[in-house]
Amino acid sequence: MISQLSWKIGGQQGEGVESTDRIFSTALNRLGYYLYGYRHFSSRIKGGHTNNKIRISTQPIRAISDDLDILVAFDQESIDLNAPELRPGGVVVADAKFKPVLPEGSDARLFAVPITAIAEELGTSLMKNMVASGASWALLGLPIEVFNQAVEEEFGRKGPAIVEKNVEAVKRGAEFVLEQAGGPLEEFALEPADGKQKMFMIGNEAIGLGTVAAGCRLMSAYPITPASEIMEYLIKKLPKLGGTVVQTEDEIAAVTMAIGANYAGVRTMTASAGPGLSLMMEAIGLAGMTEQPLVIVDTQRGGPSTGLPTKQEQSDLNAMVYGTHGEIPKVVIAPASIEDCFYDTIEAFNIAEEYQVPVIIMTDLQLSLGKQSCEKLDYDRIEIRRGKLQRELPELEPNVLFKRYELTEDGVSPRSIPGDKGGLHHVTGVEHDETGRPSENALNRKQMMDKRLGKLNNLLIPEAIRVDVPHEKPEVLIIGMGSTGGTIDEARVRLEQGGMRTGHIQVRQIHPFPTESLKPYLDAAETVIVLENNATAQLASQIKLHCGFADKIRNLLKYDGNPFLPSEVYEASKEMSKVGHI
Amino acid sequence: MATFKEFRNNVKPNWCPGCGDFSIQAAIQRAAANVGLEPEQLAVISGIGCSGRISGYINAYGLHGIHGRALPIAQGVKLANRELTVIASGGDGDGFAIGMGHTVHAIRRNVNVTYIVMDNQIYGLTKGQTSPRSAEGFKTKSTPEGSIESVLSPLEIALSAGATFIAQSFSSDLKQLTALIEAGIKHEGFSLINVFSPCVTFNKVNTYDWFKENIVNLDGEAGEGYDSSNRLAAMTKVMETNGLVTGLIYQDTKRRSYENLISGFQEQGLANQDIKLSREEFEKLAADFV
Ligand SMILES: Cc1ncc(C[n+]2csc(CCOP(=O)(O)OP(=O)(O)O)c2C)c(N)n1
Ligand code: SF4
Ligand SMILES: [Mg+2]
Repeated sequence: MISQLSWKIGGQQGEGVESTDRIFSTALNRLGYYLYGYRHFSSRIKGGHTNNKIRISTQPIRAISDDLDILVAFDQESIDLNAPELRPGGVVVADAKFKPVLPEGSDARLFAVPITAIAEELGTSLMKNMVASGASWALLGLPIEVFNQAVEEEFGRKGPAIVEKNVEAVKRGAEFVLEQAGGPLEEFALEPADGKQKMFMIGNEAIGLGTVAAGCRLMSAYPITPASEIMEYLIKKLPKLGGTVVQTEDEIAAVTMAIGANYAGVRTMTASAGPGLSLMMEAIGLAGMTEQPLVIVDTQRGGPSTGLPTKQEQSDLNAMVYGTHGEIPKVVIAPASIEDCFYDTIEAFNIAEEYQVPVIIMTDLQLSLGKQSCEKLDYDRIEIRRGKLQRELPELEPNVLFKRYELTEDGVSPRSIPGDKGGLHHVTGVEHDETGRPSENALNRKQMMDKRLGKLNNLLIPEAIRVDVPHEKPEVLIIGMGSTGGTIDEARVRLEQGGMRTGHIQVRQIHPFPTESLKPYLDAAETVIVLENNATAQLASQIKLHCGFADKIRNLLKYDGNPFLPSEVYEASKEMSKVGHI
Repeated sequence: MATFKEFRNNVKPNWCPGCGDFSIQAAIQRAAANVGLEPEQLAVISGIGCSGRISGYINAYGLHGIHGRALPIAQGVKLANRELTVIASGGDGDGFAIGMGHTVHAIRRNVNVTYIVMDNQIYGLTKGQTSPRSAEGFKTKSTPEGSIESVLSPLEIALSAGATFIAQSFSSDLKQLTALIEAGIKHEGFSLINVFSPCVTFNKVNTYDWFKENIVNLDGEAGEGYDSSNRLAAMTKVMETNGLVTGLIYQDTKRRSYENLISGFQEQGLANQDIKLSREEFEKLAADFV
């Protein structure tokens, strides 16, 4: 029996690849397996090759695999493109309709199943995906009832007749392939899972759920890949809680509407990707200057400009850290797992209100869209902290305003909101005094700048860096951010097996940079590899700028649109560790 | 109940003496008192320009934001707390150049915000460049040989974008302006009030006298028999008068405001509602993912 396996389905976009993947993985999740999904798609809606890959394991996994065990192909292109990934002895389940052939030299086993023919016999070629998934499920020898249950959930809304037809399609696909194969494939028999209930979701959904849990009741946003799922999730949920989502005319409206709503006392967020973030820059400065809480999600994708809109990249770091003219306090947090997406989102709202600053949640396409298993999210860890927001205020003397920008020890001033009587004050993006009135006085200017910029001096979020450094003096310390953590861990297992002392840190607080937390680990390591999906080593630059150690730092960069594979990290680490100090 | 004096503060506006914006400030203060508001119930959200300073000159909650974005900020405030009265305000450049996209979409969205444009047909704060409201041939620092772009008609645009309340006034006509602002505040939905507000320093063409000579006032004889609920008649009137008509141009009292069309949106302001999820609510949401 095996403990893990990789399954992939490929076809033309719009051909049912998504729904097949969804039903297949829902059923696996029910059985208690850990799953990690990867979507390869192009920005076309119909047509164009697309594939979804799922890694299935009895142990927690957080990375895509180097190779592939089972490929389900709806067309020859899917075989040609993906067969090279198959490990020796891998299996291809393909539609007999297109007379599938394996590439020359491939030792994979091909099962040509009359996928389209069976579906058409049952009434519609739309059921192709059910035939195909039934066939591959059967090869794994997993219980069919669980699969049928998932089918029922997917099609239940359409009535029992449709469910029945789809169940029949699954059955026919299974029967056909089992006859060809002579029963389930023994080498693919998975050990039973732990049966523990897990959640299964994409990062954007975890952010959406975190947003709701944080008490956010308004969202203003403009659609963009790969952020739109956050908006789509919230429009389903917020109205039930009294709130709403506004699809604005552009991202400038989205962010300024969010600023207005936060000013008026409602936790409000917006979410976008690089192009939208660029449009928001001036407004982020307004939030910083006027000390309004604000939460923005940037789901990074390939840039610059329209770049690679459906591909993985981590190249907006500089824009998030440095973006907007002038100097403001700002926080950038990078969740490194699905669970982080949920808890960090709640924390982002808390920090935004406690420090009265814009907070950017940085994800990347793989974290935002990769569907994966997630430990059950804990209600008891939801905490709402609103900082110095004051609702009960004494009445003001005539012609006296509330000191919304009072100079205080920690730089954070008491905050009142419109509607509350004792809190009347003015807000302006022009430099202002303690009551918010414009002021060009030089001393006031300096005091206000120092107040704003000093607010974050001591900010350190829980696990600002996530550390897994078991050796006192690691030969190699690999540092990453966002979705790359699982890949790094898998590479490390192999490096350690080869006798190398390794460590791993995932940086979660990007700005202000957690300099003192990181320094001792940099000091102790022989070689530091900073791994990131961009071309200019933006994270490494932050590390060098704040912590030094430039002589030990090596850049492991990938910016071809695809996530790192464990094997790439393994090979590169071996290579880079040899060089030692430059 | 607050009087208009309670909407005054002790800040001396930095507008040039004679600037049309002074009267608009006074009209807002009077209208706010007339509709029975207290200062803390009013939020004035303004853009950037000479006009944009207005939020700092009214004793109420006020936010002076960034150039062209008063409207989305104001809509955010209103959606966050619909118990507030929200006025957005700014110049013709703010609303019809850099912020034009927001203006059209705020009109379509129909959130209950009153938008007062202080229209001086020029950029005042940046010292006299052309505006979308400048007439063809208008000479400014940026159009030394006269503007060669056509003038924009905000009333026609508002009518075609589906506005539910359109009015225009002249800053010298404090009585009409105050009444229109009151009506705008009371209107359910978005109200656009464009106000001719002469810039005495940089616009030597569209002066007080020029407006007095050219304006067609619907509150006078010219308005006899005029039906402000007739969109076609409104369009005709605006075109006939070359956009120089004042008074209530158009009002649709049937269309509901955005807030009233959102399903489940309550009368109580969101800002005053409890935000913590109960355990049951959370577990129900989490169950989507198992
Ligand atoms: C993004 C941006 N671009 C340019 C400016 C400079 N600017 C400030 S006000 C203004 C135009 C002012 O004209 P208008 O909106 O008509 O207001 P007025 O001063 O006439 O009342 C410009 C271009 C700015 N503040 N922000
Ligand atoms: S420059 Fe013109 S618009 Fe600005 S304050 Fe002076 S008169 Fe008014
Ligand atoms: Mg102007």
